Amino acid sequence: MMRRTAMSALLSHWRRRPLQLVMLLLGLSLATALWSGVQAINAEARASYDRAAATLGQDRLDRIVSGTGAPIAQSEFIALRRAGWLVSPVIEGTLRLGPTRLHLIGIDPLTMPAEGMAGDIGATNDLLAFLTPPGLLYVSAETAERLSGQSLPPLKVSASLLAGIGMTDIGTAQQLLGKPGEISQLIVARGQRQGLPPVEQIAPGLVAKAPDAQGDLARLTDSFHLNLTAFGFLAFAVGLFIVYSAIGLAFEQRRATFRTLRSLGLPATTLTGLLLAELVGFSIIAGIAGVLLGYLVGSVLLPGVAATLQGLYGASVPGTLTLRPQWWASGLAIALFGTLAAAAQSLWRVWRMPLLAPAQPRAWARASESGLRLQAAAAIGLFVATIALAVFGSGLVVGFSVLGGLLLGAALLLPVLLALFLALMQRLTRRPIAEWFWADTRQQLPGLSLALMALLLALSANIGVGTMVSSFRLTFTGWLDQRLAAELYVTARDEAQAADLRTWLTGRVDAALPIWSVSGEVRGAPAEIFGVADDPTYRGNWPLLARAPDTWDRVATGTGALINEQLSRRDGLVIGDSLMLPGGWTTTVTGVYSDYGNPLPQVMIGIDALTTHYPDVARLRYGLRLPSDNVGALSEALRERFDLPPENLVDQASLKRRSLDIFEQTFSVTAALNILTLGVAGLAMFASLMTLSTMRLPQLAPIWAMGLTRRQLILLELARTLVLAAITLLAALPVGLGLAWVLLSVVNVEAFGWQLPMHIFPADWVRLAALALAASLLSAFIPLRQLAAISPSDLLKVFANER
Amino acid sequence: MTARTVISFLMALLLGLCPPIAAVAQGFAGLGTTAEGFAVPQPGKAFAFPSDHGAHPDFRIEWWYITANLTGADGKAYGVQWTLFRSALQPGEREGWSSPQIWMGHAAVTTPERHFVSERLARGGIGQAGVTAEPFDAWIDDWRMQAAAPVAGRDAVADVTLKAAGQDFSYALNLTAEGPIVRQGQEGYSVKSAAGQASYYYSQPFYDVRGTLSLPGGDVAVTGQAWLDREWSSQPLAADQTGWDWFSLHLDSGEKLMGFRLRDSGAGYTSATWIAADGTPSPLPPGALSVSPVSTAEVAGRTVPVGWHLTLPARGLDITTTAINPHAWMATRTPYWEGPITFGGSHAGRGYLEMTGY
Repeated sequence: MMRRTAMSALLSHWRRRPLQLVMLLLGLSLATALWSGVQAINAEARASYDRAAATLGQDRLDRIVSGTGAPIAQSEFIALRRAGWLVSPVIEGTLRLGPTRLHLIGIDPLTMPAEGMAGDIGATNDLLAFLTPPGLLYVSAETAERLSGQSLPPLKVSASLLAGIGMTDIGTAQQLLGKPGEISQLIVARGQRQGLPPVEQIAPGLVAKAPDAQGDLARLTDSFHLNLTAFGFLAFAVGLFIVYSAIGLAFEQRRATFRTLRSLGLPATTLTGLLLAELVGFSIIAGIAGVLLGYLVGSVLLPGVAATLQGLYGASVPGTLTLRPQWWASGLAIALFGTLAAAAQSLWRVWRMPLLAPAQPRAWARASESGLRLQAAAAIGLFVATIALAVFGSGLVVGFSVLGGLLLGAALLLPVLLALFLALMQRLTRRPIAEWFWADTRQQLPGLSLALMALLLALSANIGVGTMVSSFRLTFTGWLDQRLAAELYVTARDEAQAADLRTWLTGRVDAALPIWSVSGEVRGAPAEIFGVADDPTYRGNWPLLARAPDTWDRVATGTGALINEQLSRRDGLVIGDSLMLPGGWTTTVTGVYSDYGNPLPQVMIGIDALTTHYPDVARLRYGLRLPSDNVGALSEALRERFDLPPENLVDQASLKRRSLDIFEQTFSVTAALNILTLGVAGLAMFASLMTLSTMRLPQLAPIWAMGLTRRQLILLELARTLVLAAITLLAALPVGLGLAWVLLSVVNVEAFGWQLPMHIFPADWVRLAALALAASLLSAFIPLRQLAAISPSDLLKVFANER
Repeated sequence: MTARTVISFLMALLLGLCPPIAAVAQGFAGLGTTAEGFAVPQPGKAFAFPSDHGAHPDFRIEWWYITANLTGADGKAYGVQWTLFRSALQPGEREGWSSPQIWMGHAAVTTPERHFVSERLARGGIGQAGVTAEPFDAWIDDWRMQAAAPVAGRDAVADVTLKAAGQDFSYALNLTAEGPIVRQGQEGYSVKSAAGQASYYYSQPFYDVRGTLSLPGGDVAVTGQAWLDREWSSQPLAADQTGWDWFSLHLDSGEKLMGFRLRDSGAGYTSATWIAADGTPSPLPPGALSVSPVSTAEVAGRTVPVGWHLTLPARGLDITTTAINPHAWMATRTPYWEGPITFGGSHAGRGYLEMTGY
């Protein structure tokens, strides 16, 4: 009975202050939403990778692949089977169908181990149709829609396939891909007999590969998702500032109630328990709202993320979210965790509160000199640790830890700096109102510092990420100009047409530069090996970061190779190092080039070396050099003469546009999260100002009594808000630039394998400053309206009711 | 012995090799009664060897089926099975992956204690499996039934080597025929039901065997007898036939007996061929042979009659069979029981028993 009464007494607080309740719930649900939205995106993407990795059982079964990246001959498959190896052939390739591309996988259902079969493929009654011409093509429902009307084998919808993937019989696939008798890889069934002759003895050049539980995609995209997670966490942390101030305020204002309840005999344990129950209730409500909101955030952001993943990594991720049970659970858990973390201090105080403690609010905990000194020491300690980590650590997690250390240290240091600044200003002013202004601001600082810290975090993140993105864009655009030097890119349909094409092009263009490549393993990881013609196009334009004096001569004669920055950084390869390439031959590194946006290691060798070592290389793609006025005419002529589909003829301008689109897409999510974080910080500011304004009446009343008008008071309050926000903004600049530096020189290198020069964009800062000041003014608006509306009698009452 | 396998194979397809094949099976079942596009066995056809040892892709189903009763150097009784099935999705053969011919291999070694089984699948047209008549060669993966160097005057499959391997066993046997090819039914036209379903069917029941079994306990040298069944057809069984019990018996007298009962909703259909020691076959009218179970065993969660009483009054035969290993269960995609047996009574000897549909 007592408990119920106590509970209703405690809850009545919220009825009287609905705005506070709204702040609490809003802060908590926003924090949960941003966090769980990001988690949802990551989970969706990871589920797709898992499905991709499991499509052929690559995650569980050994495979046999060609050591050189050349296709496996069907005769080698037969030889292995007839030697007793239980292997099943798979062919993979890309089918271009008008504007769409289909990743085609051909399997042999008769030899495929059961665990190599994707879910419901063939579960229907279609073997006859599957095996015999024209065959059947299994695709996802979405892909089926896109492919309708194409001249393909009859389509069958399968729920277990990702979008953009088609699965069909190997015979059908070989025919569609124009690769008769070719096999891409062999799936090795479990339970091979002991004592079989070794694979390399039966089919020299083939090598076994262990199952890959994670899958290439998951590994490639890991850093991308870590990035997202870091931003989600930042947003969550900023959101918690709101929760912290709302809870702190509610507890302060209920001190009288607490004392009364305790005096009436309610034990401290019960009181703490009731408050805990209240918080848990709120966190569940806010958690549910947050998860729903997060679903919304995730759904809005996912298409962009999916497009990025497709563009950068070729990863197919559906554009729609699935609600997963574990996601509900984790959303609620994080909300609960956040609430308890934010309320721990306040709960502790209630638990320890002496029975007869003064019942009035303490006008917010006052920061003592020693408290500030402690905070400064902690910040400096954090900076030192962060620097040590940056110097001695390595890895992406270290990169983000450095970011976290930098941000947290800066946030801790901010109130110290503000206090010093305000003390200095107070000493410098002589006029009484000015002196009061600075002194009063100092007095308010402890109450506002949390919100200002949140603002600092949001602003620094904004500056840091903005600087990184803009630096990247600038570098990337310049790099594209160098890299895409040819005016027109053309791809033949097959080798015969390619031969025709070469003959036809002679005399019509200044140069037809082969763009031929093979894939294979370089130093234990999948890589691409390109052939490069000896041409001024490359000598003059290729973006080399490091070079030997005779780089291009050595590449041309086949005694040297260029490697991309990713490969160079990953394995610490420098000019002069020797490099073993697929097929077991060795060359020397004579140059390193930048290769943004490519997740794979890449090697460039002379075109003659390529065709000598990999005679089977597909010779379909060419970059054409010609006067740019002739591009339109030539591509028209090419289209007519060779009946090429539009995607086989791409001019420089549209290729650049496409690359930049992918680039912009990549950072649109980051930008969106950034804005949301800033919004949350603004809300935190608002919550703090609301808190303070209700408590400030006793401090304003004497000033009013001394003759300052309410209007003047309001202007002073506005000025105070602006000054604090401006100083925070100034502090955020170096922090943001530091952040950008860490992102460009540490995180990017770890995540993607490339380093970027940093550029500075002051115009962006001005825009951000305007935005931040506007946000703080807006957050001061409601509290000040209350002040404006206050009647003189209320101000007078302060003296009468002086507690 | 075996039309057995007709359904064995069909059911393999039905019950889900890989799921897609399950699909075909339904197509098969539909086609099972009408041989659309496929050739149909006709009475009065004379076999032509060696070409009829090869594949007949215009017929829906076909098999090369060898069972061997062996004795090890260790004195123990062993059984070996080697089977290659061909099943056509459509009549005829095409090159490459578009071949409509599907091949399936079953291999087994039975000891009194263990039963080793393995299974293979392959498509025709790519070289992974197939049969050539001259020189005779039948294979799927590394399993092979291959003719030895031809000897003038001897049949093309009179001398063959036989190899197969599973995860934990393998065998290599030399088979030498000590008697002629035997045509079952009416000169090789074997009727399978009262409604007239039939197949082409001949046997080579006179193989002497010598070779080695490789088992987890080590290699075992073996000698004994083997029996080859060749059968092809397009409309194997009547719709209501649910399974069969099939016997191939080497009598100690040198005579052989092939007999089967096809079970249906009624009394079933039995058929038998008595083969004299010189290979002269005497087909017996339907119903001449009667079979009845005398003992059962719990195998793979089912009750299977592993002991039988056979009577053939026309030949004074009254015997009871005993399985060497009652647990000779073929845990293949379509499971069935197949294993070596011995028998006593009016006659003694050994042989093979196959039972499906339990």
